[in-house]
Amino acid sequence: MAEVSNEAVSNVIPGSGKQLLRYGLYAVVGFLVMLFALGQVAKCTGTRSSSIGAVDAATGTITLNLTQEPPQLDSTKATDQVSGMILGHVMEGLLRYDANDNLVAGVAETWSLTETDATFTLKQGLQWSNGAPITAHDFVFSWRKAVDPMTASQYAFILYFIENAREITSGEKPVESLGVTAVDDYTLQVRLIEPTPFFLSLTAFPTYFPINQAFYESTEGKYGANAEDLVYNGPFTIAQWVHNANVRLEKNQYYWNKDAVHLNVIDYAYILSDANAIINLFESGDIAQAGLNVELVDRALRNRWDIRQHVDGSVFFIEVNHREERLTSNYNLRKALQYVNDPSELVNKVIKLPGNLPGASIFPVWLQGVDGKFREEFPPTPLVTNHDKAREHYAMALEELGLDQITLVMLSGDNPSANKQSEYYQNKYAKVLGLELKLDRQIFKQRLQKMTDGDFDLVLAGWGPDYNDALTFGDLFTSWNENNRGRFNNPEVDRQVDIAKNSSDPQTRMEAFAKVQELLNEDVAILNNYERGSLYVLHPQVKGVARRSVGPDPDFAFAYIEDEGT
Amino acid sequence: MSDIGTYSFKRAQVELDREELSRPSLSYWQDAWMRIRTNRRTLASLIVVVAMVVIAAVGPSIWRFEYDTQDLNQTSKPPWASRTMTVVEPYSPWLDRPEVTAWSSTSTPADIQVVGLPSIEYVRLTWLPVRSAVKYFVFRTIVDPEDGPLGLPLGTLVGASSNTYEDRIDLEARTYWYSVAATLTDGTTTATTTAIEVRAATTLAQAIESKWVEPDSDLQPGETLKTPWHPFGTDYLGRDMLARLMKGAQISLFIGIVAPLLFILLGVVYGSFAGFIGGKVDALLMRFADFVVALPFLLFMILFKLVFGIGAGESGILPMLVALVLLSWPAAARLVRGQILQIREEGYIDASRLLGTKTPRLILRHMIPNTMGVILVSFTFAVPSTIFTEAFLSFIGMGVEPPIPSWGSMCNDGRKTMETTPHELIFPAIFISITVLAFNILGDGLRDALDARMRSTE
Amino acid sequence: MVWYTVKRLIQGIITVWFIATATFWAMHQVPGDPFIGEKAVSPEVEANLKARWGLDKPAYEQYAIFLVNMARGDFGISFTQESRSVNEIIQERFPVSAILGILAIVFAGLGGVLYGALTALYRNQWPDVIIILLVIIGISVPSFVFASVGQLVLVTINQILGFTLLPVAGWGDVAHMLVPALVLGLGTMAFLTRLMRSSMLEIVSADFIRTARSKGVPAAQVFSRHQLRNAVLPVITVLGPSVASITTGGFVVENIFGIPGLGQSFVLAVQQSDYGVIMGTTVFYGAFLVLMVIIVDLLYAWIDPRVRLE
Repeated sequence: MAEVSNEAVSNVIPGSGKQLLRYGLYAVVGFLVMLFALGQVAKCTGTRSSSIGAVDAATGTITLNLTQEPPQLDSTKATDQVSGMILGHVMEGLLRYDANDNLVAGVAETWSLTETDATFTLKQGLQWSNGAPITAHDFVFSWRKAVDPMTASQYAFILYFIENAREITSGEKPVESLGVTAVDDYTLQVRLIEPTPFFLSLTAFPTYFPINQAFYESTEGKYGANAEDLVYNGPFTIAQWVHNANVRLEKNQYYWNKDAVHLNVIDYAYILSDANAIINLFESGDIAQAGLNVELVDRALRNRWDIRQHVDGSVFFIEVNHREERLTSNYNLRKALQYVNDPSELVNKVIKLPGNLPGASIFPVWLQGVDGKFREEFPPTPLVTNHDKAREHYAMALEELGLDQITLVMLSGDNPSANKQSEYYQNKYAKVLGLELKLDRQIFKQRLQKMTDGDFDLVLAGWGPDYNDALTFGDLFTSWNENNRGRFNNPEVDRQVDIAKNSSDPQTRMEAFAKVQELLNEDVAILNNYERGSLYVLHPQVKGVARRSVGPDPDFAFAYIEDEGT
Repeated sequence: MSDIGTYSFKRAQVELDREELSRPSLSYWQDAWMRIRTNRRTLASLIVVVAMVVIAAVGPSIWRFEYDTQDLNQTSKPPWASRTMTVVEPYSPWLDRPEVTAWSSTSTPADIQVVGLPSIEYVRLTWLPVRSAVKYFVFRTIVDPEDGPLGLPLGTLVGASSNTYEDRIDLEARTYWYSVAATLTDGTTTATTTAIEVRAATTLAQAIESKWVEPDSDLQPGETLKTPWHPFGTDYLGRDMLARLMKGAQISLFIGIVAPLLFILLGVVYGSFAGFIGGKVDALLMRFADFVVALPFLLFMILFKLVFGIGAGESGILPMLVALVLLSWPAAARLVRGQILQIREEGYIDASRLLGTKTPRLILRHMIPNTMGVILVSFTFAVPSTIFTEAFLSFIGMGVEPPIPSWGSMCNDGRKTMETTPHELIFPAIFISITVLAFNILGDGLRDALDARMRSTE
Repeated sequence: MVWYTVKRLIQGIITVWFIATATFWAMHQVPGDPFIGEKAVSPEVEANLKARWGLDKPAYEQYAIFLVNMARGDFGISFTQESRSVNEIIQERFPVSAILGILAIVFAGLGGVLYGALTALYRNQWPDVIIILLVIIGISVPSFVFASVGQLVLVTINQILGFTLLPVAGWGDVAHMLVPALVLGLGTMAFLTRLMRSSMLEIVSADFIRTARSKGVPAAQVFSRHQLRNAVLPVITVLGPSVASITTGGFVVENIFGIPGLGQSFVLAVQQSDYGVIMGTTVFYGAFLVLMVIIVDLLYAWIDPRVRLE
């Protein structure tokens, strides 16, 4: 390659090398000047992420990242995990979760819950971060806002346990008819439409957080858009929110339990979603916590990081399309797929991340039962992988459908994990059954649209709990649930869910859910995949971080920094 | 004076032998081919390009592995990984777990033992439990933990008499350090660590199915066999990297060569036409080019996917091609137009026009060859940039549909594990690099061979 | 000249209108609407949402409303960040992308011209070979690989040094921009190097160079006035559109380095079907691009007197 030819020399104007060097020098000087100027301009973009490292014990600061910008922080409209997490730090509902996932007093001092009535007595003398008193009216205001058709909140359904909520959202009744009254400044009464034994846990949910009416109105429709368009009643306030760049929380001096809050600053200094980039930040000591995916586990082990495990509460499964025109409405075909299904192989050899559990039921292992855990009290009948039986059922399905070969479409998201799983199933079905699985990979909104339209045979889906009760999973496959995207319809499931919904007796309810659990597996409503767990690395000095399945996660509100060396 | 008539003139003799050509006349293309042939670098790069195309065309059908055959027991294996596997019994749940016969004499779980052969199918541990324990945690790591963190938390066992744990998650043939930590009633936690060598394993049925042994093989559990070599290792689902690279070559080369060919051709025709005509038409055409350039590629890519009705199970390569061709030509068009505007003013064009050369000929014989340098350079750059556009689409999850690979999507998959299993990134990157390099040198050579202006300098 | 500029600007506005129309049409053809979420939205709520954004009106009416608002420079509110206007979002994000982009372009332009000239001067000698090899690496590795590797190298350097030489990610200082800008500009730099090299080689043998030299113009002057100036021409043509695409399209780099730029915002908007941000960004980007093209054309005429405007 390095052949030197004389011809090259003749192509050059003499002295041009020197001239070029001079130009190069000018360029470098000009470049440095411009660099300085750009730096000045960049500072004016208002963004700042120079940080003082992952933890700073002296100032009580920890630095973290967000995976995305919170779209807005109006609690009545928030839907995503990041908004919920931040709101959980800066707002407080009637009740809240403590570090051990127990429901404890928040704004409410005492409470009582009967079949269809709940009464809350609020703590007196609590203040918003602008000094205004926190009263029962703040709750009435925000709950009405949440169901108001003008708000069009996507989470309005979470208030549908309250009298008239659904009717208000659909515009049939005025917002004032919502079954919640402020008897006086410190007493809140709620009327429920059906026994809701888990109602207390709902009051810890962001949509149930209070909003100060006077302040809300003063923002002229921008409530929740910026740090100054919010007023806080939680352990922290948002001191700075530079959109798409950082969110800085500072300890709320008006918070009633501020002595329990040890950190002064939680600085979400980076908004980053790339897992490798996040772990790079962690490795260079810029952030105190980072999630680990399977690709990063070995790196974490080599670096001898402190790896922890967390069950995030979601259940993943293959949702089957039960619409009549679909081949998957054939019972034998579904049964064949169920016999092929091997959740433990999926978890051990495809997902490969400890903490994920092989799926066995729509009800995850952490759900409360009557006295202990639901799954221990009512273990589902185990589904065994059996390729011979799978082939038998497949042969029957072929005969019933009058086909020689079956081709199914599996809809999935576009993330690497979904790719891996769908490719695994494609290979598996072909190998065991000779069934051709076509993969239909779609980006977020398009996938949801196809799911809603029923344009799939199988879809990789999952469900995260909204509240801490088996019902959040139990009613998923009822005929009236809009999230039942495969249109599974089994009158007996509907009946059992009705029984559970109309009772407040734990035994009755859990037995009904146990029947639902069996029915869903027997009728192959879904194919169980896994219960999601996650791994993360945490700075060794940070203690008291709460990771939870329901509620704001991760919760640093009551975390503290241990001195180095102890 | 009237005597001078037709007969007074004598026909001049044509001296044919003087005009005789000593060498055969060369057409433009013949000349170009000669130049390519005599330039070693160009020839070598041409051979590489052809070889790549051949590999893409015939490779997948002759290679012993299929691009989509998975082997979940051999995921992310580098080429130099051991190929020896021990035959084991098919997995069955661990039912006959040992009873607690003795307790640890200290407050630490003691004497971690392996039950059975520790293989990638399972590692079964048992230990002497601690009487005052409340919970046990089992950890696993790949470096000696010494006094540091114990590594990957595998599971939690409740109750003092828990003394067994079965690990099946993501086992590889390597040494692991297993730790059993006990949390005591007083809240303290202590741990014991032991190193365990895990062996690669397979069941006989699997081996037969994968054709590693004859169907009538009488290999007994405990005996070993050797699996075929994956020269470039395997990917995250245990698929052969070479097979995937060859299959990926089909996608990447197709999109990387065909799309630029089409859109540069379109751009050349469009740009030279606009540049030559000039005036109002030129202005209008260039405004249209500006319009096309500004269309958001991503959005139209999704739209073309829709229009072409890319259904499930299709590679999605066609809508990508259409989107690329329809949206990428303006750059070439602008470039060629710029050149043509310059050339239009050259003296030889005027001369040629005066001699009565027709416009198409003027463009084809004088203008295009003179812009060939720029065209070829942009083509050789369009090849990698198109390969990268496809890779970018893979990066945001809109690339070719799995399980069909492309070099770009393989790079993206490999990027995530570049620290632990670099072969998954390096091999596709090398394939891209070689191809790009070849195209660049080829482009250089072609320019030297085809560009009229370059020739005059020699 | 002035008249020409004005005319081009008017044409530009028409181009932008075309872009807006095409994008508007395309966007409404793509399935999936902004309100569809993981959790099913009840029909009542969906109707309310559609009413709020005017999506319940027929398409032509939506288009008319959009045009009227666009003429006033108003792109409405974002569908995903409900309390914020699209203009606000673009105002916040564009300067970030622009700063990063300018730096990347400068890297690319300076590097490209310099290296290109160098390789041409030392054709087939070692500087040529080395630079060409670097160029090959520059263009043969996808930017997401470069970004990832670059970041990892930063982590390692910082660890070896024991202090933060350059931050791993984030935004706000010159230190934050250097590596991302380099990664962003690398592809273009490589392209420009090759383009420059090839045009340098062409021009050195042009008649006017020979003329200039034979009439006794000092060599240095021939080089800078004639050769370099003429060789830069094709580079400028390419630079125009790439200025726009670099300043707005650094999704990969922005994503990996956590830079709050416009590229990231646009890709997210497409994935989330945020109609407001898609339209706003596209029109803004289109206008910016058209403007850049006009500037390049003017620049072209200024550098090369042979090119007549008109």
